Amino acid sequence: MNGLLIACLLIPMITAAVSFISTNSAKLRGATSIAGSGLLLMIAIILLYQVAIGGPVSNQMGGWQAPMGITLIADTLSAILIVVTAIVALSVNIYAIGDISEERIAGGFFTFLNMLIAGVMGAFLTGDLFNLYVWFEVMLISSFALLVLGGNKVQLDGAVKYVAINLISTVLLLTAIGLLYGLTGTLNMADLSMRVPQVENQALVAVVAVLFLIAFGIKAAVFPLYFWLPASYHTLPISVTAVFAALMTKVGIYALMRTFTLIFPGEHSAIDMTLLCLGVLTMILGVFGAMTHSDIRRILAFHVIGSIGFMLLGLGLGSALAMGAAIFYMVHGILIKALLFMIAGIIGKLGGSFELSRLGGLYQERPGFSILFLLAALSLIGIPPLSGFWAKLLIIEAGLHHDAPLIITSVILVSLLTFIPLIRIWSEAFWKPKPLDVELLSAEQSSDEPLDSKTPPSVATGTEVVAPSISLPNKYAWFPVIGLSIIVLLIGFFPGNLIKLSDSAAKSLMNPSTYLDTVLPNRPSVKANANEVQQ
Amino acid sequence: MNSLIFSTISRLLVGLMLLFSVFLLWRGHNEPGGGFIGGLVAAAGIIVYGLAEGPAMMRKLLRVNPRTLVLIGLLTAMFAGILPLLQDNAFLTGMWMFIGATATDKGLALGTPLIFDIGVYLVVVGGVAGMVIALEEEL
Repeated sequence: MNGLLIACLLIPMITAAVSFISTNSAKLRGATSIAGSGLLLMIAIILLYQVAIGGPVSNQMGGWQAPMGITLIADTLSAILIVVTAIVALSVNIYAIGDISEERIAGGFFTFLNMLIAGVMGAFLTGDLFNLYVWFEVMLISSFALLVLGGNKVQLDGAVKYVAINLISTVLLLTAIGLLYGLTGTLNMADLSMRVPQVENQALVAVVAVLFLIAFGIKAAVFPLYFWLPASYHTLPISVTAVFAALMTKVGIYALMRTFTLIFPGEHSAIDMTLLCLGVLTMILGVFGAMTHSDIRRILAFHVIGSIGFMLLGLGLGSALAMGAAIFYMVHGILIKALLFMIAGIIGKLGGSFELSRLGGLYQERPGFSILFLLAALSLIGIPPLSGFWAKLLIIEAGLHHDAPLIITSVILVSLLTFIPLIRIWSEAFWKPKPLDVELLSAEQSSDEPLDSKTPPSVATGTEVVAPSISLPNKYAWFPVIGLSIIVLLIGFFPGNLIKLSDSAAKSLMNPSTYLDTVLPNRPSVKANANEVQQ
Repeated sequence: MNSLIFSTISRLLVGLMLLFSVFLLWRGHNEPGGGFIGGLVAAAGIIVYGLAEGPAMMRKLLRVNPRTLVLIGLLTAMFAGILPLLQDNAFLTGMWMFIGATATDKGLALGTPLIFDIGVYLVVVGGVAGMVIALEEEL
């Protein structure tokens, strides 16, 4: 009996409902939502503590035993991600109060945000493949709603791309799940882990594995299928972008980690090779994409893609060491992306635009805020002793163990190149004096047609809507920004505990026997096999 | 649509369809039917009424904001899952009570699956009716 697991799902869902029903006031809805995510964070931390001390905890829905019933299970990896998700949820909820218009809140912003969080939580906690699909759907439907909420034309344009590509990935995922069920007769992940090796038609298993790779790859914005991400992210309110950038793609990576260690483990040298190539390409594409843009939100969106590449490398190298590095990178990536997008939101408010050419002089006006940005940016680049440094160091270390010079070179090269777009933000938005014609430009722009949404991303510089006036950010925006900065700094200065945690998460991923024992306490066939092997 | 015949018939139909939807909801646990089907039938009834009388009357018939209805349904379904937790059972375990049970007859069986189905019913009614109302009001 462990109510903690189900609480992680119920709290966001109940918050979603209660915050909408109980009141019509935008302030009260926000307050309810913040209270809910605060409670969620507490539960998540208790869960992590329990899992770190006592090993994985699992729970069968409706009392139906595995593999028949739906399993919820938190091993160390899930528990870490649950805590990080809860941190992001709380910060975004606080940030949203000052950022989201009353109209959007009246349309149910906090409801959809909390349902999205519930979907992410469910995807991290479930131990059943079909249930994973269901949670992906919960997450996607809420994200569709957030995408079009209070929608203007640009927003709908981005949303169409996002919805189309995600529906394709959903169909692929469902096909793969159907094929796998046909092959093995079960969808419980622990049960699958034991049955997939016994399937005779291993060629078909490989096909299913590739289908999973494509389906989750689209959701994670991996190399050839990344284009929906930069096309949609910059059209949204910053709070929504922050939560999408921090969480959505990482759920795809989590699903890849889970399926490729639990269901399709072992020597898939071809798949590992593919993962490595995709990882390198995604990384390089992310950093080059970031260099070509001058809208802060687009630059950061490409950095989201770049960081996915690093995690794929960890997965592709395939050892416990590399997996631990990928998990560490994931935690760092989630927090730093949420933080950077929130900071970008404040830059947009202070400067009246997200376009680098229209910004300037922020360092003179707000030196303290500039330091916050610099810390976050340096951490993303990987300057010691900030969190990004440890993340990249761990991946390079894993590369050294595998004797993969090409991987190491590309990691170092990409890290160096990451410097360029971020320092450009720094020098343009913060150091450069404020452009004199900004007022003129924005006056002109607002009398023109709003913007041309059909401009392809590569040439879409200077077509953004300029916020009509420069405003001060809401005071609530500072709490999550400062809070996340402190967490990122703490990870940077005291990385030991997190490295230990992610290493133990990686070890239990690579050797899933405790996971299997937790879900299927009496699994006779495998134990008998193990005895035979020993004899 | 301003048709006297349609609006007179629609009033008759709505009552029948809503009644039938409750019947479907009720028998759903052991026989074909259930909250989802029942909810769709009820929503269809409300939509027929809306086609005849317009979206404003549809809102009046529903009495509450359809979005609120969806969320109340969600809460109801979750409540059905939480009840067994209070008795130290797993989430969503079916719990039953039999009213007027005798040695041979089970009597009236009421259980958490029924509460869950009512939740689903409300979600479906609110969701479908809400979408149709939104579309009608746009037109």
